[in-house]
Amino acid sequence: MYPVLEVRGLVNRFGPQLVHDGLDMEVRADEVFGIVGGSGTGKSVLLRSILGLQRPQAGTIRIEGHDITQLSGAALRAVKARYGVTFQQGALYSSLSVLQNVQLPMIEHLRALPASARDELAMLKIRLVGLPADAARKYPAELSGGMVKRAALARALALDPRLLFLDEPTSGLDPIGAAAFDELMLYLQKQLRLTVVMITHDLDSIFRTCNRVGVIVDRRMETDTLERIVDHPHPWIQAYFHGERASIHLKVAAHGA
Amino acid sequence: MEMHRTERGLALNLTGEWRALAYGKIDAALAAVDLSGSRRLEIATDRLAGLDLTGAWRLREFVLQARHAGVQVAFAGTPPDQLRLVEETLRPSEVAGAASRPVGEAPAEIVGLPVQAEVATLAFIGHRAVALWRDMVGALAFLGRLSGTALHALRHPRSLRPISVARHVYDTGITAIPIVALIAFLISIIVAYMSAQQLRSFGAEIFVADLVTIGVLRELGVLLTAIVVAGRSGSAFAAEIGSMKLNEEVDALRATGVDPFEALVLPRVLGLVISLPLLTVVADLVGLVGGAVLCVSLLHMPLDQYAHRVSQAISRTTFWVGIIKAPVFAVLIAMAGAHRGMQVRGSSRELGRLTTVAVVQAIFLVILADALFAVLFMEMGV
Repeated sequence: MYPVLEVRGLVNRFGPQLVHDGLDMEVRADEVFGIVGGSGTGKSVLLRSILGLQRPQAGTIRIEGHDITQLSGAALRAVKARYGVTFQQGALYSSLSVLQNVQLPMIEHLRALPASARDELAMLKIRLVGLPADAARKYPAELSGGMVKRAALARALALDPRLLFLDEPTSGLDPIGAAAFDELMLYLQKQLRLTVVMITHDLDSIFRTCNRVGVIVDRRMETDTLERIVDHPHPWIQAYFHGERASIHLKVAAHGA
Repeated sequence: MEMHRTERGLALNLTGEWRALAYGKIDAALAAVDLSGSRRLEIATDRLAGLDLTGAWRLREFVLQARHAGVQVAFAGTPPDQLRLVEETLRPSEVAGAASRPVGEAPAEIVGLPVQAEVATLAFIGHRAVALWRDMVGALAFLGRLSGTALHALRHPRSLRPISVARHVYDTGITAIPIVALIAFLISIIVAYMSAQQLRSFGAEIFVADLVTIGVLRELGVLLTAIVVAGRSGSAFAAEIGSMKLNEEVDALRATGVDPFEALVLPRVLGLVISLPLLTVVADLVGLVGGAVLCVSLLHMPLDQYAHRVSQAISRTTFWVGIIKAPVFAVLIAMAGAHRGMQVRGSSRELGRLTTVAVVQAIFLVILADALFAVLFMEMGV
């Protein structure tokens, strides 16, 4: 049984600037994997490489066993239908309603689906993420920040993927909204047996949802379980997990243990 | 999927991957099940390799359809979790029946009763008239605000933003020189060639020089330059300001206490007011050169004779009658572009629509103004 996502020896370079130098990453089935790193360490570049939006200079990226760096055309398209993505700003198509946004992947990949079934399935996804039914006819410009994130999640789930990528899903949300989004994500992850890979800065979110965490330091990734990564000796990781803002989580975790 | 008949009815044994990407196969398999003559249906799901929400939804549709046909449906063992999740999610919540109406269809009150065609036509005309009126009022308000900002800037020269103006002179003027020159050259050659063909029958080919000079300097030079600039820069203004609106950059300016009219609109208008007359001078010169090329090469007219005719044809007003129109055209083009850009809100489709409107309107306004100038100059006798 191969891992759901496996990155080996990834190298990304922009001119003289080396972003990743032999980065390894492995995501197992049914886990929530958090990607953490300082600004400019290449979290977004990593995600863009995994999504096939840019070709790395070297390395392999396997999604459910398919090396996407070697694929193109229809084969790459088939792999792309197997995962869902939400982008940081939502990236909803502004000229389409929420319902049409959710239907777009279905129209692209499920030719066999009749229009009536598409309507109902899109509605199912919209209600699944906790949006009210009347949100379906609204346009992205009419939605609040939290609703945009939920609509983006509904669109990512349109094809019932088993692998879900979330880029800063809770950024721009108030703490209550962010916590609600975390709970929603955990609920869906359990119910739909999703494997979730998320980039985040939100410590609350990491401690609530992640099973394992990968930290990008020195152009590579240090991966471990959440309980163990906080004790990693690297100074940046120490500063990150033992800074002022993180201490409360560690205390709570110590009490709980 | 396996199917066999037992003495009690039909038994379905679901196998394989029931996932969204296999919807076509699932749908075909379920559609092929013949329920007639069965009183009871038993569904076993324990051998399914995978079931996602799309698969579960299709299975639920099938079960509902079977129950509707009077068949008793039962699951062998417990029904799959996914089916329960679909059930719970689709259960009408706050408003009973809110979800039962298929989405995407217009709500009943909009469909309403069929309206008579004449009434609908009148309503359409009325809506358009009101929209047109509002548009005109909006354009006047925009002109008013722009004038106010310009007057304020004249009294406070520091708010003129010379660097920004210079950038727009470069973007709308310097970079447009090659295309404007090429078009002026080609048009003057066409005019010279056409008129040479006609004048030849009178033996009056010498007047080709007069025609080119007056045509290019009074009308064609400035008009064609303005149309090219409307296409190039009118659209750029609308798209730049429009995408800044979508990106909330205009709001950010406003929140910082910067007037977007002063920072975005006025520099563009001023930049174009400076660059369009200069471009017109370039177009005029190249146009005269084009006429010369044709006269010398095709009509074998000596160059000094062409130059003589040109200087004869130019009265004191010929050049200025053309060039005076340029700043007016520039204001019209810049205003159409900036105004439409400021109207963008909501979606990228709006951006595209308003950019198109900006260009079409700029060209229309330029031609309309040119016609008014023609009448004015005729009355003035220049």
